[in-house]
Amino acid sequence: MSKSINLTLKIWRQKGPDDKGRIETYELKDVSTDLSFLEMLDVLNERLMLEGKEPVAFDHDCREGICGMCGSVVNGIPHGPEKGTTLCQLHMRHFKDGETLVIEPFRARAFKVIKDLVVDRSAMDEIIKAGGYISVNTGGAPEANTIPISPDVAERAMDAAACIGCGACVAACPNASAMLFVGAKISHLALLPQGKPEAARRALSMQRKMDELGFGNCGNERECEAVCPKEISITNIARLNREYIKASFGYQEDL
Amino acid sequence: MQLDSKVPAGPLEKKWDRHRFELKLINPANKRKFDIIVVGTGLAGASASATLAELGYNVKTFCIQDSPRRAHSIAAQGGINAAKNYPGDGDSIWRLFYDTIKGGDFRAREANVYRLAQISNHIIDQCVAQGVPFAREYGGLLANRSFGGAQVSRTFYARGQTGQQLLLGAYGALMRQVHAGKVQLFPRHEMLDLVLVDGNARGIVTRDLISGRVESHAAHAVVLATGGYGNIYFLSTNGNSGNVTATWRAYKKGAFFANPSFVQIHPTCIPVHGTYQSKLTLMSESLRNDGRVWVPKNPGDKRAPNDIPDSERDYYLERKYPSFGNLVPRDVASRNAKAVCDEGRGVGPTGYAVYLDFRDAIKRDGREVIRKKYGNLFQMYERITGEDPYETPMMIYPAVHYVMGGLWVDYNLMSTIPGLFVLGEANFSDHGANRLGASALMQGLADGYFIIPYTIGGYLAGTLLSDVKEDHPAFKEAEKAVAEKISRLLSIKGRRTVNDFHRELGRLLWNNCGMSRNDADMQEAKKKIPQLREEFWENVTVPGTPGEFNQVLEKAGRVADFLEFAELMVEDALQRRESCGCHFNEAYQTEDNEALRNDETCCYVSTWQFNGDGKEPTFHEEPLVFENVELIQRSYK
Ligand SMILES: Cc1cc2nc3c(=O)[nH]c(=O)nc-3n(C[C@H](O)[C@H](O)[C@H](O)COP(=O)(O)OP(=O)(O)OC[C@H]3O[C@@H](n4cnc5c(N)ncnc54)[C@H](O)[C@@H]3O)c2cc1C
Ligand code: SF4
Ligand code: FES
Repeated sequence: MSKSINLTLKIWRQKGPDDKGRIETYELKDVSTDLSFLEMLDVLNERLMLEGKEPVAFDHDCREGICGMCGSVVNGIPHGPEKGTTLCQLHMRHFKDGETLVIEPFRARAFKVIKDLVVDRSAMDEIIKAGGYISVNTGGAPEANTIPISPDVAERAMDAAACIGCGACVAACPNASAMLFVGAKISHLALLPQGKPEAARRALSMQRKMDELGFGNCGNERECEAVCPKEISITNIARLNREYIKASFGYQEDL
Repeated sequence: MQLDSKVPAGPLEKKWDRHRFELKLINPANKRKFDIIVVGTGLAGASASATLAELGYNVKTFCIQDSPRRAHSIAAQGGINAAKNYPGDGDSIWRLFYDTIKGGDFRAREANVYRLAQISNHIIDQCVAQGVPFAREYGGLLANRSFGGAQVSRTFYARGQTGQQLLLGAYGALMRQVHAGKVQLFPRHEMLDLVLVDGNARGIVTRDLISGRVESHAAHAVVLATGGYGNIYFLSTNGNSGNVTATWRAYKKGAFFANPSFVQIHPTCIPVHGTYQSKLTLMSESLRNDGRVWVPKNPGDKRAPNDIPDSERDYYLERKYPSFGNLVPRDVASRNAKAVCDEGRGVGPTGYAVYLDFRDAIKRDGREVIRKKYGNLFQMYERITGEDPYETPMMIYPAVHYVMGGLWVDYNLMSTIPGLFVLGEANFSDHGANRLGASALMQGLADGYFIIPYTIGGYLAGTLLSDVKEDHPAFKEAEKAVAEKISRLLSIKGRRTVNDFHRELGRLLWNNCGMSRNDADMQEAKKKIPQLREEFWENVTVPGTPGEFNQVLEKAGRVADFLEFAELMVEDALQRRESCGCHFNEAYQTEDNEALRNDETCCYVSTWQFNGDGKEPTFHEEPLVFENVELIQRSYK
């Protein structure tokens, strides 16, 4: 049931990519525990604006845990302390009265800070652009039921396809690797018969793009899996590696 | 002005084929000479961009979010309809067409809806080919469920994340064309005006949301796929960035707005709990397949739900609508929930909620079966409310969800401005006065993958367009107006926040032009909206500068447009002298409080033409002609 708590917020403020940035401290009183984390930031921002100050910039849209737009590091953990939860679906009832929260942007070489808690994650679109799809033109697709797929396979593909592209995995990884994200896409498409014809090409080009953009490699730290709001399994990284090795031996075309 | 819907002649089943044959074609080699702007990357925009680029056009695609994959379509949970009739339970293109027309209370255009039903089957084929992981039967074939008031199982789904998977498919198709160099992508860019040259839509003015730069983009045609304006109510199930700005700017440049007051209220959302709540979360309608809706029989009964014996519970939907029970369409379920709460029988701390109870389903099928079907939804509910729906019934209440109104378009999806096409939720076309579940995703993809690629070609082939570049005076003028509005917003430096105004507008509309409406309340809203708008322009506070990443400034522009649009919405609601679908005017109801349509005088699409700020808009009607279905009273008894 609803009650109120008082919090100390230490928030990363950075005017733009070239600003050095610093932590600022705010005391926030009477926060209803029914609020979501982002609604708590809304309350802070309303107050700052009425005091004539600049509100804290943070990204968000659906506030339902599905668009992948929100995300900050709370007390050292991307998306905060609740397991399998995006920041927008984290509620204040999980925090204690008098607690201090340190709120920072997702940090990674490939994610430049735009302002305060907002970072540029377009590198993830770049990776998808390199091949994270099945090449099929519109029109003329075969009747859907001509390709039977076992429900187990469809379920496993769906487990991987559930990735929301939030980038928490990258932010949590000591190597800033995007391999959980890439592995999820590779797995989703490689598991399905429709994705097989270009599986090799896809694995090579996505992996290459990832390296080129400055993401690191997987060192088996498993931090990504621990913070992923969609609980994407690290076995997807194993599948990515397998697909990559298979492709490196079997695939000739110059990319 | 006579509205010409351009519906082709001939029998309903042949219209689209015939029209496609009659549309002029563009030689493949010439397509690369045409530039097309697509605004929006939801299902409608992403599918349109990808397909137009595949055909050879040069496409420039814009969206507000940092990535096309985050468009609001990503949030759709339940599923997408098609007339495949895989389960063999009596479905057909005709039945899907008929259900959609009837579900919309006979306020949609017959030919458009029929075409939608025809195309639905191709959508599933296309999405499966893209690798959308739809649910499967043991034998490997596609699975279906029934959804949203349908008596046949025609809904295809990917867990509770259908919109996400369909959008990722379309996003993949789009990114493939970005890779091929045929689409130029502009994320974090907001369209702030439409530019006309010689009366044709020739481009847009945008603001780069990172640098704050105001820019012009010219093209041979403009496609708006900017979604719905349900966020005008402040609290809704929509993503936070949803807005009316793009369509409202087009309206002010001459595109007619159709049925602006047709707003769908979804019956199964998590109820409002407090002032700082920023959104309402939808609980998938599929829950109504097993959950039973009830309230206490006696007003003011404050006992815990599990302490209320069956004899003192009112399963009001099952009681009033025995053949559909808990599965009545959305407008009926929503209105009945409001009615029992207004009688003082609502539950929860605010009294504005009803129970959705799984007790009997758990008893019948066991916890495991229920967990398998709805586990993730139950988890979501518990996360938000802190209560366990396996133990105590969920609480739900209706919330604003979808808008059926939008820019008026003809059969080609072209607005009254030549060269301006409107797709998906941003247009008014296929849902009439109420939308059945699982049909918006279908419409977005039908428009983007299968209709616009034909009709835009017909327009470009049949129209002589002069050479227009970004240095044309029309662009400079629009840029100037956009920049002026921005500096005006920043210079007010008042004492109320943008959200505060938005919240007040939302409350006013919800109370006075919401789930059920009456003339007195609407007249009051009509008086109060201009006052609120005036105060906004005198007393809003927007910090920061124009030349930077400034989220409050973005929001302020959208709320400013909502404050103008709200008046048209109320005007439209007042104009319609009947109740139909989700538009319920208390003066028009049957003896048992059902919506009372007036087919004699109101069987039309209401459309509005802008005449200048401060001037009354002109009303036009597009009469709706039904040649193939009989207009009957909807009844779910
Ligand atoms: C919670 C929820 C669940 C739903 N579930 C279902 C379901 O199960 N089945 C179903 O059929 N329907 C469902 N719907 C409805 C359906 O999701 C939407 O109607 C549909 O996705 C709209 O798609 P769209 O492409 O028209 O617009 P959107 O997906 O809303 O996309 C709008 C795009 O326009 C861009 N944009 C907007 N304004 C501007 C501007 N000024 N400048 C630049 N870009 C702009 C945005 O960035 C975005 O890319 C649901 C809706 C909600 C809210
Ligand atoms: S794998 Fe998980 S953490 Fe990484 S982007 Fe996808 S959803 Fe986010
Ligand atoms: S705001 Fe969409 S996932 Fe959090």
